[in-house]
Parts: sequence; C-alpha cells; structure tokens
Amino acid sequence: MTSESGGSEALRLELQGITKIYPSVIANEDVSLSVKKGEIHAVLGENGAGKSTLMKMIYGVTRPDAGKMKWEGEVVHVENPAHARSLGIGMVFQHFSLFETLNVVENVALGLPGNPDLNQLAEQIVEVSNRYGLPVDPQRLVHALSVGERQRVEIVRCLLQNPKLLIMDEPTSVLTPQAVRKLFDTLRQLAEEGCSILYISHKLDEIQELCHVATVLRDGKVTGDCIPSEETPKSMASLMIGKELPVPEHNAPVELGEARLQLNRLNKKSDDPFGTDLQDIELEVRSGEILGIAGVSGNGQQELLYALSGEELVDDADSIVICGKASGRDNPDRRRVGGLGFVPEERLGRGAVPRMSLTENALLTAHHAGMLNHGMIKFDKIAEFARKCIAGFNVKCGGEEHAANSLSGGNLQKFIMGREILLAPKMLVVAQPTWGVDVGAAAFIRQELIDLRNQGTAILVISEELEELFEISDRIAVIANGRMSPAKNLADTNIDEIGLWMSGMWEQGAADGTEAQANA
Amino acid sequence: MLRLERRPEASHLMSYASPAIAILLMLIGGLFLFAFLGKNPIEGFKVFFINPISDLWGVSELLLKATPLMLIAVGLAIGFRANVWNIGAEGQLIVGGIAASAVALHFQESEGAHVLILMIIAGCIGGMLWAAIPAFLKTRFNTNEILVSLMLVYVAQLLVSWLVHGPMMDPDGFNFPQSAMFEDSALLPLVFDDGSRVNLAFVFAIGALLAGYVFMFRSFAGFQMQVAGFAKDAARYAGFSARRMIWIGLLAGGAMAGLAGMAEVSGPMGQITDQVSSGYGFAAIIVAFVARLNPVGIFFASLLMALLYLGGEQAQQYMNLPSSISLVFQGMLLLFLLGSDVFINYRLRWKREVAA
Repeated sequence: MTSESGGSEALRLELQGITKIYPSVIANEDVSLSVKKGEIHAVLGENGAGKSTLMKMIYGVTRPDAGKMKWEGEVVHVENPAHARSLGIGMVFQHFSLFETLNVVENVALGLPGNPDLNQLAEQIVEVSNRYGLPVDPQRLVHALSVGERQRVEIVRCLLQNPKLLIMDEPTSVLTPQAVRKLFDTLRQLAEEGCSILYISHKLDEIQELCHVATVLRDGKVTGDCIPSEETPKSMASLMIGKELPVPEHNAPVELGEARLQLNRLNKKSDDPFGTDLQDIELEVRSGEILGIAGVSGNGQQELLYALSGEELVDDADSIVICGKASGRDNPDRRRVGGLGFVPEERLGRGAVPRMSLTENALLTAHHAGMLNHGMIKFDKIAEFARKCIAGFNVKCGGEEHAANSLSGGNLQKFIMGREILLAPKMLVVAQPTWGVDVGAAAFIRQELIDLRNQGTAILVISEELEELFEISDRIAVIANGRMSPAKNLADTNIDEIGLWMSGMWEQGAADGTEAQANA
Repeated sequence: MLRLERRPEASHLMSYASPAIAILLMLIGGLFLFAFLGKNPIEGFKVFFINPISDLWGVSELLLKATPLMLIAVGLAIGFRANVWNIGAEGQLIVGGIAASAVALHFQESEGAHVLILMIIAGCIGGMLWAAIPAFLKTRFNTNEILVSLMLVYVAQLLVSWLVHGPMMDPDGFNFPQSAMFEDSALLPLVFDDGSRVNLAFVFAIGALLAGYVFMFRSFAGFQMQVAGFAKDAARYAGFSARRMIWIGLLAGGAMAGLAGMAEVSGPMGQITDQVSSGYGFAAIIVAFVARLNPVGIFFASLLMALLYLGGEQAQQYMNLPSSISLVFQGMLLLFLLGSDVFINYRLRWKREVAA
C-alpha cells in the first residue's frame, strides 16, 4: 500500500506544539503527538477537549495558529482537505458530509479526483465494502440511508483512496457488536498493511482492544500518553476527566404504576421508498420502568420515533395511547400537553434550532410552562428556565444567550435532555441518549434517566448501543425490519440473545425476509 | 483560478456589512452607468441622489414613496422569516386598490369617516383574498407559492385593466381608462399642512413597522415562524403547524400590500387607473432583503428605495434618461446584495494547484 522507504519506526505524522485559538476559547494549546507507520493511535478526551479541532487541522479544514506538522519527516502546511487527501490522509467525520440527493456511488465519485467511471466505481465499492464487512448498496440514495449506513459509506469512501493515515471520529457508535468486530478486523488489517490510524472514541473498552497507543487531551492540552493495553478503562477515564468516573446506580425495581404508553397493533407505512414499514407493534411502558429498544439502525426506529412523537400521525388514534389518551392523531404539541417528553436523535436542527440562543431553544418545547402572556413571550421567564437547565444539568456553555450550535454535542444533549426533564413528563421517549457524547456526560445522562424512573416516570429509550441499554433498562425489546420483539426482563436475557434478535430471529417463521437486515 | 470556499462559520460581520457593501457597489455601478451613457458621473450622482432630497418638498415626496414600500416589506418579511415566499405583493396591492376603490365609488355621495374605514378594511381584505389563493393551493395541493403568487400578479393587472376600461370607468372621463376622482371623504387626510402630500398612510406604515417588530421579536407566533425559517424539522418536532405559518405568512403580506394599494388610490392618486402600482410590490421584496427582514432596517431601506424612484424621475427630467433607470438601480442593488451575501457563507480563495 505504501512505497516510501524508512524503517518500521518511521514517523508518519508528527505534530509539534500545535495551538489553535478561537475568539472565545483556546481549542488546542501546545499539542504534540506522533503517529508511527502502521500504528493505531487513540485520541481520548471529553467533548470540548479539542480532539475534533486537532483532527480538522490535520485534515486541512482549519489551520493552526502556532506549531508545525510534519508528514513523513517533512514540514507541511495542509491547505485544505483535497491537499490532505493528496498527501494520503483520509477522514471519517462524526457528522457526515454526504449529499442527500445523490446516491452512494455519486457521493463517492465526488470525493475522488478526476472523473471516475460510475459503473466501475460501483463495483469497487461493492468489493471494498464486502472485504471490510461494511455492506452498502452503491445505487441507493443517501437521504434514505440510516445514520449507520451513511457512516459505512463514509468509511468505504476513505478506504477507496488507499490512505496512509486514516482519521476516524467516533466510528463505532452506530454499528452492531458484530459489525464493530468486523470493523476492528478491517482496521487491524489496514494497520498491518502499513496504514496509520488516528482513532477518536469515547468507548474505552474499544480503545483498549484496538489501539496501540493513546494520547489523552483535556481542555485542549495533552494530559498524558499511555499504552491502552496496560491500563484499565477506569484509569484511562480518570486521566481523561481528571477524576473518578461515576458509575450509574441502578436501584432495585420500583413498584410499577399505571401504563403510560401503550402501542396497540401500531401499523404505519413509510412515506420513504427506502423506509421501513411499522408492522403490528405492541408495546407497553409503565410508570417507574425504563424500557430499552435495541436494533440495528434502519430497522424502523426512525419511523417509530416519528409516530411516537406525533411528527407523523397515524390513521388509528387508538394504536398510540399516551397516559390513557388515544393520541395517534394528536400533533406533538398536544401530546406534550398530555404528558409526553421527547428527545430526538438529531440535536441540531430538530431538538434545537442551531442559530437560536439556548433561551429561545428552551421556549421551543417549554412554552406551556407559564412562559407566555397573551401570546407574548415572557423573556425573563424563559431565561430563568434556561439558566435552571444549564445549572441543573451541568451544561458547559458561555451562558443562556449563546447559540445552540456553539455547544459541543454532549452539552447540547444535556441541555435538551434537561429541558424535557424539567417539564416533568409522565412519559419520556429518548432516542440515542448518548450518541457521540463523552463518557462523563454519558454517565451523567444515564444517571438522570434512572433518577427520573425512580421518581415514577415511564421511560422508553431507543438506542443502538447495547451496553447502554443493558446498563439502564428494566426490560428490553428489539426492533427488526419494522417488527417489535416481545420485551424481556433484563435478568432473563443477555447480550448474545438480544444480538441474535437484532437479526429479526425471535420467533420461528418471522425470520424470512429479515436476513438482509442482519449484519451477522 | 479563483474559487469559493465555504467558511467554517457564517460571518456575523458580513451579514450586517453586506447591505452596506451592496449599496456602495450600487452607487459605484451608477457612476459607471452614467459615464457609459455619456453623462457626467458626478453630475448624474447629484441629480439622482442629492437633488431629490435637497428641500423639504423633496423629503416629503420621499416619505410618500417610502410609505407603500414600508407597508408591503414588513408584511412580506413576516412570511419570509418562515421561508414563505410571497412574490406576488404587486398583485395583492392591485386587488387591495380595486376593493378600496369599489367602496369609494359606491359611497360617492356619503360624508363621514365610515367611508375611509370601510376602504381600509376592503383594501386589506382584497389583498388577503389574493394572497389566500397561493396559501390554499400550497396547504391543500403543495403547489409552489412563488409561482402561484407571481402569476396572480398578471391576472390582477389584467383585472384592473378590464375594470377601468369597463365597470369602473368614469362616465364623464372622455373614455380614459380611469375611474372618477374620489370624493374628499374617500381621501386619506394629510399629515402636515405645509402642502406636502404625505398622508395618514405614513402613520399606518410606522404603526405597521412597530407592530411587525413586536410580532417578530416579542410574540410566540413570530418566534414559531422564525423557528420554521431556521429549522423546519425543529418546528415540526415542537409541533408548530406548518399550515398555520403558510397562512399567516401569506395573509400578512397580502393584508399589508392591500393596505398599500388602498393608500395609493386614496392618497396621491385619488382614483384608480391601470397604473395603480409603480412596481412597489416587487421593489418591497428588495427592501425586505436589504433590511435583513428587520422592521428597523425596512424603515431605512424603504427610504433608499424611494430615493431611487425619485432619482429616476429627476434623471428623466434633467438628464434625458429613460425613467426605467430606477429599475436598473433597483436591479443593481439586488444583484450586489445577493452577490455580497454569498460572502456571508463563503470566502474567495486563489486556488493553487496542489501537487499530487
């Protein structure tokens, strides 16, 4: 894969004293790190620690204010991502950069120099995706792909360019355990072929399993280097957040109260030609329990969430009963009045308006909580609410007047979660509560959910992270191909069984047609 | 080679500097335009931009012309903030003018304030009816409101033309395509008693700007519309009704344009002709954008646009230039604004070939 000379100890990438200052914050201060040829190098840090900024500088998206970068021994100034790619640097972003209206092969072609032949490229995509266990259909339109599938496209796109250094920003958050294992095989295989990998993740066990070396960042500075295999997740976490990692306390099951959410043979045809139809979904969530729903992305989670929140209505009002009221034909606002809280997967643009302040974003769903006076906004009231949310949920930000898009993903998630919790919902639906959120914030969010359950709220969590569901749920169900499995008590099941169910195999005869969805 | 590169973050400075840059470029472009037409650019500049407002009469004419622009632009801005693109204010103005004229002609013998009040109501309703057509078609059949509202402008122009050639024609008017002159009770009272033509509509316009400001920045409905404009999915997530916003957006624009139409026939014209509007409905779109959809900005942008109208008249009178020179300036302003708006999100880079 590589042709340059130099021993196995040759440095592929070396950063010396990199500093990046934004008007309000120092993103990186005097950061140095070096990556050897064929090394899998982890960059660890909480949200806002400066990992993404550092990667963006390597990839030429932004430029450092001080310090230098050496690429294969020579000082380079990376002008832009195209320059980075020509050097042999590939990057898979946490937020994807795909054109929604184009199909997979067209998207890939756009990232390649020249004018590649699409048919040939489609074959290459299939070949690479099969080799690395990342199945994608080159002809599908990107807008119809789930988050997990989009990420596969991004990874495949990078691999097609035979990179010498691959930067991966939180790559495993949307993959099944089986797919993660395949990805790791891929990455190890790439490393053996001489490709270096910079691996950003908050999943400490993954870093331990995969990475040779780790550099830890805190507040923009390097706080240490370590060999992950010689550390424990606990010791790495404390290096990263500067203190011991809190472990969520899961109290004994509390007395279950009345049913807060009932789905009665919920059917919904998807408007999207590539969407998943919901079929005969039966479900009940009672006061004082957390029901977790597992599944590989793209198996009907989106459709179910839209139906639950009221962003899409269903024909049969009785098929969704919230707090005893048939709500299938109620809009989200009326459902909220009826006691529903909802935290969507997309934080920017759905859960929050990117360009608006946190105060205004509080108003988005909290306007029933005495914030209006004859249709006029009580600005002091919402500012107070926003401040309460920021303080109570540990949201790191410049203040309630700052725009939502100035917050890191984890902090915005804490804000949205806090807003919904402060509204005291009787039934809370949460999608991907900790997606892309650092360990500290994730532990905090999970603890908040458990506390809320202990106070008697019914909670439904849809997540693609099995470990998370096993950590917080009382019962667990699986969605596959638009169908819902029966829910099982946590004590009566295990990760292997749920992993198997994720392929749609929880009953004999239901397996036909679901194989294609399975990654196993 | 030059190329555009997306900025990592939209430039705040640029979003406010952009209208100023556009105005400056328009002025520079104007100098070149005068030179190109064989006129002395400095002289042209003076005739176009200084002479019209060199005395009190000129300033009052400026306010008169700015009045319909303020009214329409603030109505349109309410919709534009929610990405409801009403391009047909010109037609709504005409229909509002027709409705108000019908009231005036019906009450020709009447004295009293009820005539004017009914004319105001009729003007607003006329404009709203015309705007309700694209709103209904969009909410019901998902048609494109840009196309429907724009096409209805031409329908309205033909409608007024037919009316003043037929049912509304002045019987004693020697077959001119115009209505009878309105009675005094159907004319808006003047604001100043110094002979200027500024009428009560200017007060309405200031009131509309204030009301627009309160609606946009203080009311929950205005907040909902801004959310829809910034992030459609967030509005849907919050449960804000998209249909309601389309209706509010179009009806607000229609009502204000209709009122502007009423103010024209009941103000400087005193009758209805097939030249009800001088393109105010289209010019107000430029005003709204130059003003960044902000009522304070609309006040100033309307004055600027009114100045372009007056300057065009002066240029016609004193420099032998066609009156359409106003439209050229309007066009330049919009072009330069759109051009400099690009730099809010993008920056220019000199592209060097990167060694492979």
